[in-house]
Amino acid sequence: MISKSLVIIGGGPAGLAAAIAAYDAGERDILVLERDCVLGGILNQCIHNGFGLHTFKEELTGPEYSARYVRKVEERKIEAKLDTMVIDLSNDRIVTAINETDGLFRIAAKAVILAMGCRERPRGALNIPGARPAGIFSAGTAQRFVNIEGYMPGREIVILGSGDIGLIMARRLTLEGAKVRMVCEIMPYSGGLKRNIVQCLDDYDIPLRLSHTVTKIHGKDRVEGVSVAAVDDNRMPIAGTEEFVSCDTLLLSVGLIPENELTRKAGVAINPKTQGAIVDESLETTIPGIFAAGNVLHVHDLVDHVSTEAELAGKNAVRFIRGLDKGSSAVAIETGFGVRYTVPSRVHPAAATAITTIRFRTDNVYRDSYLSVLLDDERVQHLKKRILTPGEMEEVLIPAKWLLTRPGLKKITILVEKE
Amino acid sequence: MKIPRGIAADTADLVRPKEIAMHDIIIIGAGVIGASVARALSAYEAKTIVLEKNHDVCEETSKANSGIVHAGYDAHPGTNKAKYNLRGSRMMAAFCHEHQIPYRNNGSLVLAFAEEDLPKLEALRAQGTQNGVAGLRILTAEEAKRLEPNLNSEVRGALLAPTGGIVDPFELTIAQAEIAAVNGVEFSFDTLVSGIHPIPDGYRVSTDRGVYEAKIVVNCAGVRADELNNMVSSRKLSITPRKGEYCLFDKQVGTLVDHTIFQLPTQFGKGVLVTPTAEGNLLIGPTAFDIDDKNDVSTTAEGLAEVVKKAKQSVVSVPTGFVITAFAGLRATEKGGDFVIGEAPDAKGFYNAAGIESPGLTSAPAIGDDLAVQITEALHVSLKSAPLCKRPPVVRFESMSFDDKAAAIRRDPAFGKIVCRCELVTAAEILDAIRRPLGATTIDGIKRRSRAGSGRCQGGFCSPRVMHLLATECGLDPRDIAKYDQHSTLLVGFDKDDL
Repeated sequence: MISKSLVIIGGGPAGLAAAIAAYDAGERDILVLERDCVLGGILNQCIHNGFGLHTFKEELTGPEYSARYVRKVEERKIEAKLDTMVIDLSNDRIVTAINETDGLFRIAAKAVILAMGCRERPRGALNIPGARPAGIFSAGTAQRFVNIEGYMPGREIVILGSGDIGLIMARRLTLEGAKVRMVCEIMPYSGGLKRNIVQCLDDYDIPLRLSHTVTKIHGKDRVEGVSVAAVDDNRMPIAGTEEFVSCDTLLLSVGLIPENELTRKAGVAINPKTQGAIVDESLETTIPGIFAAGNVLHVHDLVDHVSTEAELAGKNAVRFIRGLDKGSSAVAIETGFGVRYTVPSRVHPAAATAITTIRFRTDNVYRDSYLSVLLDDERVQHLKKRILTPGEMEEVLIPAKWLLTRPGLKKITILVEKE
Repeated sequence: MKIPRGIAADTADLVRPKEIAMHDIIIIGAGVIGASVARALSAYEAKTIVLEKNHDVCEETSKANSGIVHAGYDAHPGTNKAKYNLRGSRMMAAFCHEHQIPYRNNGSLVLAFAEEDLPKLEALRAQGTQNGVAGLRILTAEEAKRLEPNLNSEVRGALLAPTGGIVDPFELTIAQAEIAAVNGVEFSFDTLVSGIHPIPDGYRVSTDRGVYEAKIVVNCAGVRADELNNMVSSRKLSITPRKGEYCLFDKQVGTLVDHTIFQLPTQFGKGVLVTPTAEGNLLIGPTAFDIDDKNDVSTTAEGLAEVVKKAKQSVVSVPTGFVITAFAGLRATEKGGDFVIGEAPDAKGFYNAAGIESPGLTSAPAIGDDLAVQITEALHVSLKSAPLCKRPPVVRFESMSFDDKAAAIRRDPAFGKIVCRCELVTAAEILDAIRRPLGATTIDGIKRRSRAGSGRCQGGFCSPRVMHLLATECGLDPRDIAKYDQHSTLLVGFDKDDL
């Protein structure tokens, strides 16, 4: 068995940023395990721009953004194994991996960072009735075909789901010569970023049908069309609104799920809301020395946030390796009205940095509301928000002094208030 | 698809028009019944060919069913269903073990939800005992809950059938077809039978790929078996496709129940079941709707809603958020209500395996054995002197031990490359699925042989990679690679082709 101080599972944006941060915190014995043949993860197929506005203050494409991190990894000579799949992780941080050259091998790691990213939900997750012909793709698969392989998955496209990948693919496919008939969204609001709706749909006159869904897929061998219907407040199709839309391809952009097979194998507790690990302020999971960051922890909108989150995990993994004690008492972070989840879900006052960032999503669209923070029952933040929407991740910042000046503090509650 | 598949040396002759290929036996249909008959006949000195209208084996009802090895208490005593169910159930464990087919003897429960239904459980038990089913026992609600803690608390009692089991229906079909193929049975795919005519000493079978003649024809044509029978026999059969819809769940929730959970049967079938699959998923279904169209395997909003509703009656906590796919299959329901097995009374040499609905999967190997005996006796052919060749071993990386995994990669580095993340399928296994006898040439064919694409992302991640391996290995243009036949290609062209 090989020994390593830090093993990072995944060489996408989260894994790379974590590796660099750990190196810069003084750790040298780092190994990144990446299942693809190149570093960079899903960014390699995200050839559109819009990455890096926060991190680099400029608009980069996905490959450009990841290249900057890959270069830093190479400059630091951080070891990375490509084409390497981790197939097991134990609760005592034994990593089992395979590749074609090393075969099957085990690594005993002092700390592990989970950075496996997420995957797309399939058709079954929606249970769309109808036939099962060729021509039904998840948006990311279509993106790979078009951007990496150079093939078109269809000519006339309907996209179900207005998540960012769906919006991006509406534009991409249009630019490559396909006709995108419409984007349907079952919710009354889009799950994607406002800028993507403007730049990917509005600019190309692609209709966005809110509160609409696909109720049936037609075609025996290849998709021939879909039935589209309006839905009511309970997201049930409204009788009589159904219309047939001719197309040869249905693209699904219906949500992403963190990829936590290994996390579960290790016995890490999972938050059912995020389908990612439950973590504290250091992004340590419920198993000591196993950290998580990026889309494997919770699905982000912006890679920039993935990078900053992963840097935190990298730094804290090094602190763990050095035996830094976080203290025993932790304050729970609870979700109040309107808040679906928070990451992290607890914070150790003794270990908290000057500012602890709590990221979360709301469970609905809230206009002209207030974002509040309660320390036990005391309201310490009451921020006016013009709009809060599930499609955009929000954050609140908790200064360490809030925690340190309240020794008996039990819980922090994040909530949306009407006034 | 450009490559014709699975045809032995005389392929060239077949496609030449007006050339007649002579065989002893023609089997029509390569579902689980056709494959079982072919496997059983391959032990005999007979020249046998299987004609299949689809591009692969296991393309219709055999790929879309419950995957249950029924204990045998459902069928009325004295029927073919009762006879073959029991035989099939009894032989299944050893058969699957011998041929590397995923199978588990998980036992089954039939639930009653009302006190007044308890006598129906008792009647079922008595019927099963009369059929020869061993070990049937009535459980109290408490006993049932002890066996299956997730059962609905409305349960009032249950029938336990310890011999019930689950089997991978794909592998049960594919394995038998492979055994048949390695023992000399020919397969001709994409071959649609359009007519059957008696000739002296046999039948002439017309297809869209040429004409075949044989002394014996075996009709294993599933929902179309009535049409074939009616071409040669005045004892008309009438098969109504009875659609059954299912939802398949993520393996993460595959242990919600351990037994196969039935509800008391109705006139339309065995009701909606909740079961683990032999591969470790959770499966609920099927509905039972008689339909007109023998091609209609679409799911419906009403059907899927009914499946969920009825499944929740057995297990309230059925986790609908974990559905990974839904599908529908067609039962070949014959108006007589029983399997029609054996030589048609007025058509010498024409054998039926018709009306094979549930418990058809369970019965299949036994039906194959029985028909092979009947047919070879009529043909006066004997068993081959040499033992049957086995199918090539199936190697599943995921289920290997640590040391076996290490050894496998040392032997073949392609075991070190994961293609399907969800099911942990390696490149070596995909290549094997392609290279096996009657190997896969489509994305679905690979899925059913290797499980690549059958997991929680349903091929989202691996389909481009599987496509690469198929294209390289078979020398195909990726644009010609299909889901299951030449019309179901996945890609429509290069980027900017239509600009």
